Amino acid sequence: MRKYVPKDNVQKKAYYTDRFHVVPRVPRVAVEDAHFLSVVNAVKADITDSYVEIGTLVLHIKPEDNFKVLQVLKEQCGYTQCSEQSAVDYLAKDNEFELFWQLLNVTEAKRVRVVCRLANGAAIESVESLFKSANFAEREMFDMFGIKVNNHPFLKRIIMPDDWEGHPLLKTYPLQGDEFASWYEVDKIFGKEYRDIIGPENRDPSKIEREDTKRFSRVGYEVPFGAPYSEEQTDIEYSETVLVDYNKKPSKTLDKRR
Amino acid sequence: MAQHQVNYASTAGLPIALTSVDKLVNWGRSNSLWPLTYGLACCAIEMMASGASRYDFDRMGTIFRASPRQADVMILAGTLSKKHSEFARRLYDQMTEPKWVISMGSCANTGGMFNTYATVQGVDRIIPVDIYLPGCAPRPETLQYAMMMLQKKIRRESADMKKNTKQDLTTQTGKKRARLI
Repeated sequence: MRKYVPKDNVQKKAYYTDRFHVVPRVPRVAVEDAHFLSVVNAVKADITDSYVEIGTLVLHIKPEDNFKVLQVLKEQCGYTQCSEQSAVDYLAKDNEFELFWQLLNVTEAKRVRVVCRLANGAAIESVESLFKSANFAEREMFDMFGIKVNNHPFLKRIIMPDDWEGHPLLKTYPLQGDEFASWYEVDKIFGKEYRDIIGPENRDPSKIEREDTKRFSRVGYEVPFGAPYSEEQTDIEYSETVLVDYNKKPSKTLDKRR
Repeated sequence: MAQHQVNYASTAGLPIALTSVDKLVNWGRSNSLWPLTYGLACCAIEMMASGASRYDFDRMGTIFRASPRQADVMILAGTLSKKHSEFARRLYDQMTEPKWVISMGSCANTGGMFNTYATVQGVDRIIPVDIYLPGCAPRPETLQYAMMMLQKKIRRESADMKKNTKQDLTTQTGKKRARLI
């Protein structure tokens, strides 16, 4: 028999329970694999924690050691590819970012994630000289989080426009943009004095301006295009030709068998 | 030779058609609408399909041009991001008069499902639009219909473009009118 689940509160429960699926924590397993053990031994002096999560070795380091650790991993352990590098915003919780580097060893088919916690406002050392892919990844991290990268060859925004203000992947950044974002294109193309003329963004897809007779027509109160709004009701004319009388016999039958 | 030659003088009079300058000019304009080859997102795929052999825009005299200087119509096909809005406006400014704009698809009309910081919430915030084409993405038939609607609109217009009113870029009615075109 199916397990009984109380259903008294099912309808209302949706309003106060978390809408989003909360991902269960992945079990952290001790390092047992021979290859991973050799990796941990190679960087033993610099790591603070190490474990295996779903077949990926995770190494926690201090932010100032990142270049040294990644260099050892690349040159001694064969992790020649940096497939991903970015950050996670934990500013509200710890006033820190979590930075991570995903490395791939092609010959061993093994992956390592190097993780460090970086204080808000601190800078990290670039690993662009080790992995070319870190060039764009670090620029994106700078663009999205505002994390500065030391010794990067060309640290500038990569996704947002160069004159953008704010870092959109921060959890404090509003999804629909701050004031700068909402006026960006108007300010840039026409100038700030056109803000009043063009008006704020309409973020409501079902918004209807009843008095706007150029864009909307009110059923039963129609006026010509652009004419002033009127409360005077207009007659709705129905066309008889639309209604088909199916009971009416056809005037002449071509085929007698019908 | 030439057995089918029509003797105009004896049958139906001289080959003369009387018309107004407006109608003649608009006949020419509406039957040679040259859109700009300019795609922004997935709607551009449908726009390309409309131009290709199956739906064949060429038969309507609609031939895509690769330069804004040679184009009459701008089809804004897809999501216009804020970063790109400046360049879309610049292309519009580079087009020679007379020019018309079709806003193709939900994203170009209102921002569509991209209710975010990085998307322009409707291209009519920066460019005056003539035809709004709904759909996500509109099928090639829909774009053809929009083209035909634009032809209809052009045929109703005056040949003197100064007499034609462009859409004002204001959102509130009865207030200020933007002279941005």
